[in-house]
Amino acid sequence: MDAPRPAPVLHTGFAGWVHQNLFAGPVDTLLTLSGMGLLWLLVPPIADYLFIDAFWTGSNATACSGRTAFCWPFLNVRLTQFIYGTYPLEERWRVNLAAVQGVLFALPLVYAGPKFRKPLMLALFIYWPISTALLLTGGLIGLTPVPTNLWGGFMVTLVVALFGIGVSLPLGIALALARLSDLPAIRWLSVGLIEIIRGVPLITILFMASLMLPIFLPNGMSVDGLLRVLVGFSLFAAAYMAEIIRGGLSALPPGQAEAAKALGLGYWHTMGLILLPQALRMVLPNIVNTFIALFKDTTLVMIVGIMDLLGVVQAANSDPNWAGPNTQPTGYVFLGMVFWLSCYLMSRLSARMERQFNQNQRTR
Amino acid sequence: MERWRHPVCPADPLDISLLHDDFETALPKSKMKFLAIACFLCASIVVPPVARAGTLDKVKARGMLICSVTESTPGFAAPNDKGVYVGLDADMCRAVAAAVLNDANKVTFKISTTANRFTWLQSGEVDLMSRVTTFSMARNTTVGVDFPAILYFDGQGFMVRKSAKIKSVNDLNGATVCLQSGTTTELNAADYFRAHGMKYEPVTFQRPDEALHAYEEGRCDTYTNDVSSLWALKLKLKIAGDHLVLPEIISKEPLAPGVRQGDFQWSNIVRWSLYAMLTAEELGVNSKNVDQMKASANAEIRRFLGVDGDLGQSMGLTGDWAYRIIKQVGNYAEIYDRDLGKGSALGIDRGLNALWKDGGIQYAPPIR
Repeated sequence: MDAPRPAPVLHTGFAGWVHQNLFAGPVDTLLTLSGMGLLWLLVPPIADYLFIDAFWTGSNATACSGRTAFCWPFLNVRLTQFIYGTYPLEERWRVNLAAVQGVLFALPLVYAGPKFRKPLMLALFIYWPISTALLLTGGLIGLTPVPTNLWGGFMVTLVVALFGIGVSLPLGIALALARLSDLPAIRWLSVGLIEIIRGVPLITILFMASLMLPIFLPNGMSVDGLLRVLVGFSLFAAAYMAEIIRGGLSALPPGQAEAAKALGLGYWHTMGLILLPQALRMVLPNIVNTFIALFKDTTLVMIVGIMDLLGVVQAANSDPNWAGPNTQPTGYVFLGMVFWLSCYLMSRLSARMERQFNQNQRTR
Repeated sequence: MERWRHPVCPADPLDISLLHDDFETALPKSKMKFLAIACFLCASIVVPPVARAGTLDKVKARGMLICSVTESTPGFAAPNDKGVYVGLDADMCRAVAAAVLNDANKVTFKISTTANRFTWLQSGEVDLMSRVTTFSMARNTTVGVDFPAILYFDGQGFMVRKSAKIKSVNDLNGATVCLQSGTTTELNAADYFRAHGMKYEPVTFQRPDEALHAYEEGRCDTYTNDVSSLWALKLKLKIAGDHLVLPEIISKEPLAPGVRQGDFQWSNIVRWSLYAMLTAEELGVNSKNVDQMKASANAEIRRFLGVDGDLGQSMGLTGDWAYRIIKQVGNYAEIYDRDLGKGSALGIDRGLNALWKDGGIQYAPPIR
C-alpha cells in the first residue's frame, strides 16, 4: 500500500506568497524574523520623533522645547527659504517656471519611445538651459535682474548639480576623445588637464576659484561668485567623466572601429555613430554614479560662501529666534531626507533609462 | 590706494628709492634694479594698473554698498524668517549705507568665510567687511586690513549651572572644563588658570556642539567659549534657564569692521558711522526722537545732526550723515538691544559694551 502523500504546499494566495517568500526555509525564517525585529526597534521611535511627539504650532524656538522631537513650525516657516534662499518673493515664479519646464521635458524623455526623443532632447539640452539661465538671472526681456548673491537653498543645489551634470558630460566626452587622439598636442593637453584636475581635491578647486581668481583679475573686474564655482565644479566633474568614457571606449572590441573604417566612415562618423553610442551605454551606471556623487558634493560650495541647501539650513539654525534644543536636529533631518530622496530619484530614473537604452540587446 | 598690492612691491614699482629704503641693507644695487623690474612685470601681469578711484566714489557710482558678513552667526548676521540679514554686523553695514547712500537697505550682503574674508576685501570684491573679525596687530600690520573702530568687545567666558552656586571665575578652582581642542580658547584657559594659581581639568572636544553636549550631560562643571557664542549656545540647551554665563571674561576679542588699508576717506566714513551710533546713545538721540532732537538747543546735538556746521563734508558726505544713520538704523543701544540684548532671544548683557559713563568701555571720541 502506498504511504499517504503529504498535503500540497500552499502555492497560491497571500498565505502562499508569505510561505514562499518569507518562510521558505530556516534561513529565510530567521532573516524575516530579525528583519521584523529591526523594524519594531526602528519604526516606533522614528514615528514618535517625527509625528506623535512632534511640535506642530508656534513661531519661535520656545514653542519647540521641553522634549526631543521634530519641530514642524521651524520647517514650515523656513521651507520657502530652504527652497529659494533669499530670491525675491515676487520673482519666485521664475524659478518655479524653470523647474516645471525641466520636469516637463525630462520626464517624457525617460518614458517616451524613441520617436519623440529627438525633439525632447533638443528642448531639454538647448532650449531649457538657455531659458532657465534667462529666467533665473533676468535682466533681459523685461525681467528684473536677480543677482546671484540672493540665490540660495535647494535651488542653488540644483543649479550647481545640473550645471555640473550638463557641462561635465559633453566636456568629458571631448576630453576623452582628445586623450585618445593621434595628435600629440591635443592628447597631451587633455592628459595634462585631466591629471591636474583629478590630482587635487574639489575643495582646492573651489578655493582657487573663490580666493585666487579675484587676485589675478584686474581690480574692478570680477566674475560672478556663483559662476566661478559652477565652472570649477564642472571642470572637476568633467575630468572624472572623461576617464569613465575613455574606459567605455577602450572596452569596445577593436573590430568595431576597424569595421567602421572598412565601411569608409570618417573619424566623426565612426565615433558618433558606432563607438560612442556603445561606449556610453556600457558606462551609463558609472556616469550616474558620478552624477549622484556630484549632487552630494554640491554641499562643499558652502565653504566658499555660496548658500546652498546645507548653508541655508545652517543659517536658519543661527537665527536667535530659532535657537533651541530641537531646531538644529530638525534642520539636519530635513536635509538628510531631501538628499536621500533626490539621490534615490536619480538612481531610479537612471535604471529606467538603462532599460530603455538596452532594449535592443534584450530583444536580441 | 585700492588696487591689490604685491607684498614685496612698493606702491609704484619703478620707484627705486622706495625699494632702496627697504632693502638697502639686504641687497646689492644691481639686484635691487632686477627686483624692481621683476616687480613691475609681475604687477603688470597680475594687476594691470587701473584708475585709482576711492571706495566712496565707487560705492556712490554703484548705488550699492557691498558688505561681507558671516554665513551665519547668531546676533551678528543671520537671515530672519523673511530672509533679511539681521544682527550687529549687518546693522554696521546698514549704518554705512545710510550715511553714504541715504538708504540703509542699499546693501548687498556677500557671504564670506574665514578663508576668503581678507582676500575679498583686498581684491575689491567687497567694500566693507563686517564679519565677527577680531582686531589684532598681525591682521592690521601684515594682512593689510584697517580696523576703523571696535563694534563689539567680545572675550572668553564661562557658562555654569545655576545649581552649582558658582558666582565668579574665582570659584572655578578644581573645576572640570569642557572646551574645544586646538583653539585659542584652550590656550587662554590654560594661561588663565596657571596665572591665577588655580587647578582645572580640561575635557576637550573637536566641535563646539560636542563640548556643549558633554557639559549639558554633566561631564564638566563649566563650558568655556567666547561670551557671545556662550549666550547663543545656551539657547540650545534643554532648559536654558538652568544655566548662567559668568560676568568675567578672560581674553580680549575686540570685533571690528574692516576696510582696505590706504583709503583713508573710506576708513574715516566707517569709523565715524560707528562712532555716530555710540555718540547718539550718549546724547540720548535715537531713531524715534531724532526729528525732535534737530530742534534741540544743545550745541553738541545740533552739530552732531548737522543742524549747525558741516562736519560730514570733510568725509565727502553731506551734513546730515549722522542724522540718516540714527533715523534709519538707530543708535548703538537700539541696535544692541534688538540684535543681541534684551530685545532679542539672546539677551546678552551690555557688560563691556556699555558706554563708558555706564561702566562699560565703549567710548566714542567727540564729534566736533
